[in-house]
Amino acid sequence: MTWDWGAVADFMPKFWDGLLLTLQILALGSLISFALGLVWALLMRTPSRLVRWPVGAVTEFIRNTPLLVQLFFLFYVLPEWGVTASALTTGVFAIGLHYSTYTMQVYRAGIEAVPAGQWEAATALNLPVTRTWRVVILPQAIRRVVPALGNYVIAMLKDTPILMTITVMEMLGEARLFAQQNFQFTEPLTVIGVAFILIAYPASLLVRALERRLVR
Amino acid sequence: MTSGLWELVLNGIWITVQLLVLSALVATAVAFGVGMARTHRLWIVRFLAGVYTEVFRGTSALIMIFWVFFVLPVAFGWQLVPLWAGTLALGLTYGAYGAEIVRGALNAVDPAQREGGIALSFTPWQRMRLILLPQAVPEMIPSFTNLLVELLKGTALVSVMGMGDLAFSANLVRLALQESAEIYTYVLVIYFVIAFLLTRGMRGLERRLKAGVGKQIGRTPDQELHRPETTGVGAAGSLGGAS
Amino acid sequence: MSADTPLMKDPDASANPPVDGTELIRFEQVTKRFGANTVLDHLDFSVNSGKHVTLIGPSGSGKTTILRLLMTLLKPDEGTITVAGEKLFPAPEKQIREVRKKIGMVFQQFNLFPNMSVLRNITEAPVTVLGLSKDEAEARARELLDMVGLADKCDARPTQLSGGQQQRVAIARALAMRPQVLLLDEVTSALDPELVAGVLDVLRDIARTTDITMLCVTHEMNFARDISDQVLMFDSGRVIESGSPEKMFNDPENDRTREFLSAVL
Repeated sequence: MTWDWGAVADFMPKFWDGLLLTLQILALGSLISFALGLVWALLMRTPSRLVRWPVGAVTEFIRNTPLLVQLFFLFYVLPEWGVTASALTTGVFAIGLHYSTYTMQVYRAGIEAVPAGQWEAATALNLPVTRTWRVVILPQAIRRVVPALGNYVIAMLKDTPILMTITVMEMLGEARLFAQQNFQFTEPLTVIGVAFILIAYPASLLVRALERRLVR
Repeated sequence: MTSGLWELVLNGIWITVQLLVLSALVATAVAFGVGMARTHRLWIVRFLAGVYTEVFRGTSALIMIFWVFFVLPVAFGWQLVPLWAGTLALGLTYGAYGAEIVRGALNAVDPAQREGGIALSFTPWQRMRLILLPQAVPEMIPSFTNLLVELLKGTALVSVMGMGDLAFSANLVRLALQESAEIYTYVLVIYFVIAFLLTRGMRGLERRLKAGVGKQIGRTPDQELHRPETTGVGAAGSLGGAS
Repeated sequence: MSADTPLMKDPDASANPPVDGTELIRFEQVTKRFGANTVLDHLDFSVNSGKHVTLIGPSGSGKTTILRLLMTLLKPDEGTITVAGEKLFPAPEKQIREVRKKIGMVFQQFNLFPNMSVLRNITEAPVTVLGLSKDEAEARARELLDMVGLADKCDARPTQLSGGQQQRVAIARALAMRPQVLLLDEVTSALDPELVAGVLDVLRDIARTTDITMLCVTHEMNFARDISDQVLMFDSGRVIESGSPEKMFNDPENDRTREFLSAVL
């Protein structure tokens, strides 16, 4: 086994480019998944079965099928339907949509964990429904869900390399390109593997600390 | 779609199923081995098992696949056939998530049970086998069900390496027909059906196992919020209140 | 009065003249079932304005259900509920909201909003529901907090308070809506014994100094005797006896009442 520090040094500029793009994808994807997930969760609380059933079915479908194939679907099918978007935009949307079907479950659990007495008190004070959600239920639910959402952000980080398959040059994309150009696979792949661990492990410690502080 | 193309898809399903079964077996073995090691009385065993889980959960499944396909042959001279390379990468990665499930469920068993075992002078292994595992395993099933669906989704990643699985067959059909909507819809539906069957099967298994220890099936919102991460990845996590 | 006689409109009118004597709350033939279990069975029952009425009876006899029906936390299966001449049930949602404004409730578990300060707990509904300005609402809240002896806790979080303090905040929160009817559901039973007195003092004050109609469910018989001018004995979803506290506690007529009171007194 040989290890070439020179190759590592050559790869590093590309690595930083890839890291930056990975973090951008992660930030935007997280925002989309937080917002969409909340929309799904609230729609699942509407009294109308005509709303709940389709939302439940579609999100269940997205959650139980591979992100990779969904990504291909969006990347190849949307242009056929006349919708054009860059690979990066498509990728960010796909990952945000996919994870929104997970965050919706987190929100749902958070909402269900708010004691029934809170709803009753809001009714007793005659607070309107929207106001009850906004100032009573959601603030309490959000507090409980922050650590669980954090977990999904970390999960999403580790799914960002999938965007490589539609030509997005995030970390793995850069590593593969470098490897193919220089016929050196070990160094770039190991560097990004270590980079993922160096980001994900402290992040997971942070989430665990948050969980102890916020949830209990 | 012609029958030749359908044959391609059927072949893809077969490869996906093989890969799923094999990597699930490897992942289960890793999950129980490493998960039990994390409750071992020697700190060094716990530490090494902890390093394993953090490393494999820390990195991405797709990067692991690249590593096994490209770095292992060069660095160690191990050239695996693609099916085994895929099995190894997926089994080791998802096994690390499974280990967290096993550890969480073992820790969630009432400490009084362990003390009872000590009082009856069982050895640590007897306690594990006779007292802890029979109570913990039924509790693991819902999390393992989620993990199994994640593993199924993870098998699609090997298509990046040119392995002819279901996701790869979709790409071939797209190239052949120059048309994407139909084939990708079919393939997504096929994945969904497999996931549905897996979930159903696991629920039946859970019901059988829980009947054995006199428990009801179901999840509380609180468990949902603290459930171990199983998405292609994921971080911290503990089952129930054991963090 | 036997178990089968329907409740008289105002059995103790002569003994204890009401503040203005008009009928405020009226249940007609109200039935409430939970699954196969009928908790209220064609109940007729009314309360005149200004009255302080206590519901007593064994647990499961439907006392709390009455409060929860009035607060619209539950919907009856049959019958009508009227408050101050307006239908609360059956009625369109908009009317329910209007009528409900006349009613306030204090819960066994306080149900304060943990994400808001004590002051905000009290001002939130007056501002958003009644449309008071923030200043007005705060002035009203401070006055009420002063009345319940917690003027210094404005900025505290509910979780920083003792159970008794939380319950006094909850009472202030309900009063801030200026309800005509105050429902008190076992308001002391979640409290440690030494904290009960403070809460009861506050309620006694309210009973003496305001003309709010009060409907209590309680196991505190001394409190019931002290503040109420009418006591209703419930059993199996019906009123089996009612009267002034003196009569009910000293000389009950019904055997079930006697049995129940000897067990709890």
